[in-house]
Amino acid sequence: MHIVSETITYIFLFISLYLEVFFLISYFESREKEIKVPALFQPNKWPSVSVIVPVWNEETTVLKTIFSLLKLNYPKDKLFVFVVDDGSTDKTWNVIQRFAKSKQVTLLRKENGGKHTALNYALQFVTSDLVGCLDADSFVHPEALKRMVSNFEDIEVMAVTPSIKIYEPKGFLGLIQKAEYIFGIFLRKVFSYLNAIYITPGPFSIFRRSVFEKIGYYRHAHNTEDMELAMRMQKNNMKISNVHNAFIYTIAPTSIKDLYKQRLRWIYGFLKNSIDYRDMFFKPQYGSLGMVVLPAAGFSVFSTLYFFGATILSWAKTLILKIEEISTVGLSFKNFDFDFFYVNTDVIAFVSLIAILGTFFVIVISRGMAEEKNRFGLDSVLFLIFYMFICPFWMTKALYNVVFSRGNKWR
Amino acid sequence: MEWKKYTYTFLITAVIFATAIFASNYFSQRKMNEIKNIESRIAVDILASETQFSLLSELSCRDISSSLLSKELATLGDRLSYTEENSGSDDAEVLNLKKYYSLLQIKDFLLMQKMKERCGSNPSANGLSLMYFYSNMDNDCADCEKEGFVLTKLRQDYPDLRVYSFDYNLDLSALQTLISIYNIEDNQPTLLINEKVYYGFKSIDDIKNILPALKEIDKQKAKEEAAKTKATSTKGE
Repeated sequence: MHIVSETITYIFLFISLYLEVFFLISYFESREKEIKVPALFQPNKWPSVSVIVPVWNEETTVLKTIFSLLKLNYPKDKLFVFVVDDGSTDKTWNVIQRFAKSKQVTLLRKENGGKHTALNYALQFVTSDLVGCLDADSFVHPEALKRMVSNFEDIEVMAVTPSIKIYEPKGFLGLIQKAEYIFGIFLRKVFSYLNAIYITPGPFSIFRRSVFEKIGYYRHAHNTEDMELAMRMQKNNMKISNVHNAFIYTIAPTSIKDLYKQRLRWIYGFLKNSIDYRDMFFKPQYGSLGMVVLPAAGFSVFSTLYFFGATILSWAKTLILKIEEISTVGLSFKNFDFDFFYVNTDVIAFVSLIAILGTFFVIVISRGMAEEKNRFGLDSVLFLIFYMFICPFWMTKALYNVVFSRGNKWR
Repeated sequence: MEWKKYTYTFLITAVIFATAIFASNYFSQRKMNEIKNIESRIAVDILASETQFSLLSELSCRDISSSLLSKELATLGDRLSYTEENSGSDDAEVLNLKKYYSLLQIKDFLLMQKMKERCGSNPSANGLSLMYFYSNMDNDCADCEKEGFVLTKLRQDYPDLRVYSFDYNLDLSALQTLISIYNIEDNQPTLLINEKVYYGFKSIDDIKNILPALKEIDKQKAKEEAAKTKATSTKGE
């Protein structure tokens, strides 16, 4: 028994380390080739862009979202905003009426059908070269669109993804998510180097309109339509790139309940979409996406659950032993003499140490990319320590839902 | 196909793993050596005391330093069980160290017996001892864990009390002889105190009842504590 669990631990550690090394190598080998978009970039021509904002009961944030779009540093005659009220039951429709007379903003209303139906509804009215989407709880940086448009000068690029950061992170959960999103900025960049991006995020991904004409509109996709569209694009060999200094700010869930619901939807969506697109896994024709990135994403769910389980089990054992000791001989605070002899020096300890150093390294790199003031922060510390103890909860539930075929609500 | 990169990554990961294995083995070996050093030191100490004993017909009983030896034995015991947990009970080096440790304990016990005969039983200096027999084979001894806690606490609270612990199943002739002398059955945990055998879990209080000398030491300590506080309180005036 002991040998089985040790072998599994070694295998999981090896694979995790392998992936970490692989992504770091990919980052460094492609970094020199990358042409960074200068901060004050001016494109040769300005393609027309439509941004769709699907809204459902977002009366408090939708105005700020639309204002941030209108403040984009982009020619006003080339930028169009479509706001789709997906049957809100609050004052959203009334609130957005202040844009009723705007030349740039079109207001649409329909019965509630889910986010993908709202997006598809607006797509029918879009006539511009490029089309993007923006969640109603997210805001764009004024330079974001210009920088992303630059990547479309490469005619092979069919979609561009931005960098997403948390808007004004607050509290313990806010800080952990802030670090998590910054980590995601690094991953997205590495995936773009490998041409292996498998999510075109809801907050401000930009597509060529021809994409939808070629492969169809958004699908329900288990409430993760942004992931399914990217996978579909990859399956059709369409190139997705990333501009890491185009910043989008999204509001993070502040309560553990909301966070749990959001992440449950994401992991459940990923698992279900992976099953739908399972014939991309381990197929060399899909390059690094099929051979490494998708399997890695799937593996991360299982390895997180395994390591979490193993850690909790070992803590429980220690706790039970300690309780037995106290019940037998009572509580005694003996002098703590630090003795090097008792420091854990087995293989797992060393490998874990190196893996954590690697993660530390990635955090430092990603904070530079995210244009954070410091190379490390309190949020990074909290992320390193607590993240692996929080995500197993929704991962377990998502896995359970997938196995026992339960659906998932958007909200 | 990016096979070159995949292979390169695999090699780097394998090198990291190999380094970790190498580092782990290095430290493992160092720890074994530390235990061996402690055992050598104790062996020399015991040999020195025995030689001294044989040389002098009138022995100065106070000259035999007993309390140091007891602590060293305790430290050795702790390190040995930690190593046994990590390297496994079947490791040849661990078995060897355990046997040596058991022999040293028996020698120490015999030396103490001799001192008792010549110097008389002096509870505060030497003469207090108990033997503990355990088993760490699966499901053999459910209470051995608890008894271990009790004895560790006793060692801490009474540095002059010698606690000798033996693995009942250890393949050591001297140990088996000891077991047959006192007719110790295969029923752990077993305590051997003042030539009497006790089976089953014994708590701290149980042991204090069997060895009233411990209670004497408690009373002494309490008196010393009271004297100290009295002294400091009068100073305050």
